Amino acid sequence: MTTVIEKISTDQSKPLQATDSFTVALVGAPNCGKSTLFNGLTGGRAKVANYTGVTVETKQGSFRTPGGRQMSLIDLPGVYGLSGKTADAKVALDVIRGQASEMRQPDAMLVVIDAAQLRTHLQTALQMRQIGLPMIVVLNMVDLARRDGVELDIDKLQARLGVPVIPCTATRKAGREAVLNALDELAAAPSAQVAVEAAPLKQVQQEARQLFQDVVLQEPALNKLTRSLDGIFLHPLSGLLIFTGIMFVMFQSVFSWSETPMGWVEGLIAFLSDIVVGITPDNWLRSLLVDGIIAGVGSVIIFLPQIIILFLFILFLEMTGYMARAAFLMDELMLRVGLNGRAFIPLLSSFACAIPGMMAARTLESEKDRLTTIMVAPLMTCSARLPVYTVIIAAFFPAETVAGFLNLQGLVMFGLYFAGIISAIIVAFVLRKTLTKGRAQPLLMELPTYKFPDLSELLLGLWQRAKIFLRRAGTIIFVVSIVLWVLTAYPGDSLETSFAGMIGSVLLPVFEPIGFNLEIVIALVPGMAAREVAVGALGTVYAVQGAEENMDGLAEVLRSAWSFPTALAFLAWYVFAPQCISTIAVARREMNSWGWTWLMVAYLFAMAYIAAGGTYWIASALM
Amino acid sequence: MTEKLTLRNLKRGETGIVTGFVKNDAIREEELREIGFAEGDEVQVLEYGSFGRTPISVRLNRTIIAVRANEAQSIEVSRA
Repeated sequence: MTTVIEKISTDQSKPLQATDSFTVALVGAPNCGKSTLFNGLTGGRAKVANYTGVTVETKQGSFRTPGGRQMSLIDLPGVYGLSGKTADAKVALDVIRGQASEMRQPDAMLVVIDAAQLRTHLQTALQMRQIGLPMIVVLNMVDLARRDGVELDIDKLQARLGVPVIPCTATRKAGREAVLNALDELAAAPSAQVAVEAAPLKQVQQEARQLFQDVVLQEPALNKLTRSLDGIFLHPLSGLLIFTGIMFVMFQSVFSWSETPMGWVEGLIAFLSDIVVGITPDNWLRSLLVDGIIAGVGSVIIFLPQIIILFLFILFLEMTGYMARAAFLMDELMLRVGLNGRAFIPLLSSFACAIPGMMAARTLESEKDRLTTIMVAPLMTCSARLPVYTVIIAAFFPAETVAGFLNLQGLVMFGLYFAGIISAIIVAFVLRKTLTKGRAQPLLMELPTYKFPDLSELLLGLWQRAKIFLRRAGTIIFVVSIVLWVLTAYPGDSLETSFAGMIGSVLLPVFEPIGFNLEIVIALVPGMAAREVAVGALGTVYAVQGAEENMDGLAEVLRSAWSFPTALAFLAWYVFAPQCISTIAVARREMNSWGWTWLMVAYLFAMAYIAAGGTYWIASALM
Repeated sequence: MTEKLTLRNLKRGETGIVTGFVKNDAIREEELREIGFAEGDEVQVLEYGSFGRTPISVRLNRTIIAVRANEAQSIEVSRA
């Protein structure tokens, strides 16, 4: 069972093959609590797989019913109705209509609706009857709704809908058991099928409103707390201030909280290296293991603490309901450059690393919004550029105070981050006017009620993100590390006489005009695995031992070896730095197109070249 | 011809009843209907965005939905 899905999720051509067991699809509007129910029923053991063509995430898990039936459960993207305008919704509807080529039609649907949102969610339930699959309506968060004062006649609702209606609170066992029992009954009597004639949406809405009048006896006004919190968080002034504050704390934490755990990871890597050095003879094998695999994979794993902290913030903000407010606050600004407010989250994640950022872009509904977001994600200064910036700035800019209180080095660093953001705005704007031209995706986004996040769900989410990151480090980066090791270790015994050195000599004429010398070009080659590797490579070229730890030593050497314009050009190059292979690989997977991927690499390369060249020429002319 | 009142015309805190959708954009009407706007529903303008009073957070029955100004212009309302 697990092996089947394992195999499938790595094989892009055949994702999520439905097995022979009874398959149930989870359907419902966004924010109806579908994922909580999924985690509750499957124990959180899910295989996340990409759907071919469009990379929309569908999760699949399995469980056993009290009647002893093994069932598989598919969590589909949220849908409000049957129009399927967005990539997400299309996938969901294709699956339940049996039109998905990769998967047979599920045997039944669990339609999840929020008991506190019946007036709008009944509309979704009514539309789903038109699909013609056996279905069960799960009346979710019923405890919460009752506590708020919602009173409803569930028997009447069941009679009028003509399908089983199970009151449930997805986080509680009793409710989930009732759902399982209902599934048992449904599986035993598969004839319990409904097929309602298709009707125009307007008519369905009227029916839903009528049904609502008949079954909901009492419904209190909207959550007071949420309204007063929105008065602060969405306020034109205080809302923006709080938002800026949260972002500031988040960035500070990603960098400051991660220092200690990153030290641990570093220690672990050094420990492993020592062990290997102790048990292997001093030959190519030791070099492959230590300099190639441990150093290469280690240089990426080191970012695990930062990624976990970043996702801790993102998941927390998402689960509390604040993330939708952040998108609200940013929407108009982002719309002006052609992006959707919801692209804010992926772009924010890209400051840690473009890879989780591009993956987070899956939440964007419009394909064009998603492509634009992925294309500009590498322009957000990722954390791997930080070591490079740090070394060069320390070498060429004195730590003096300017304008009374600003630290010059900090100011340069800020300028580099800012340059990335400005270029992202320009690129997004140009793309939206040309290649991803089209009608702006509407905002139309539910702002969920504020709530305190469920701790176990938060941890589960973190664990899933960490697993994805580590798996990548164990596969793509593992292979790339070996390749780069071969390039730098052979055929000669020094970097200059290695393949990397030869590649450097070949590429030198291309980079010479923008002020790069042979040493820089050689360092750029291993920098393709992970950008910060360039620091270590510069150390190797200039024969500075342990350059990562001994940044002062390297800075001193660079100061005498490079001209100031060259240093500036190198910094400008790194603002765009198209050379991280893992980013390119993930971009290819997420966009599912080589054309777009090459375009991304090409424009990044062109901008890096022009920026570095321009900086070099102007700086040379001025000096 | 008098301009019909739309959700965009309601002031912060004001409540209205949806009477229909502006007829020039069928795609937008369907999008709005799908997320839950329908004739007879109560809407209330809660908050405005910081730049040009858009987007708008709107209470639709017991749900809060963020809509842009141009989307709000497609929803016809009468003052409650």
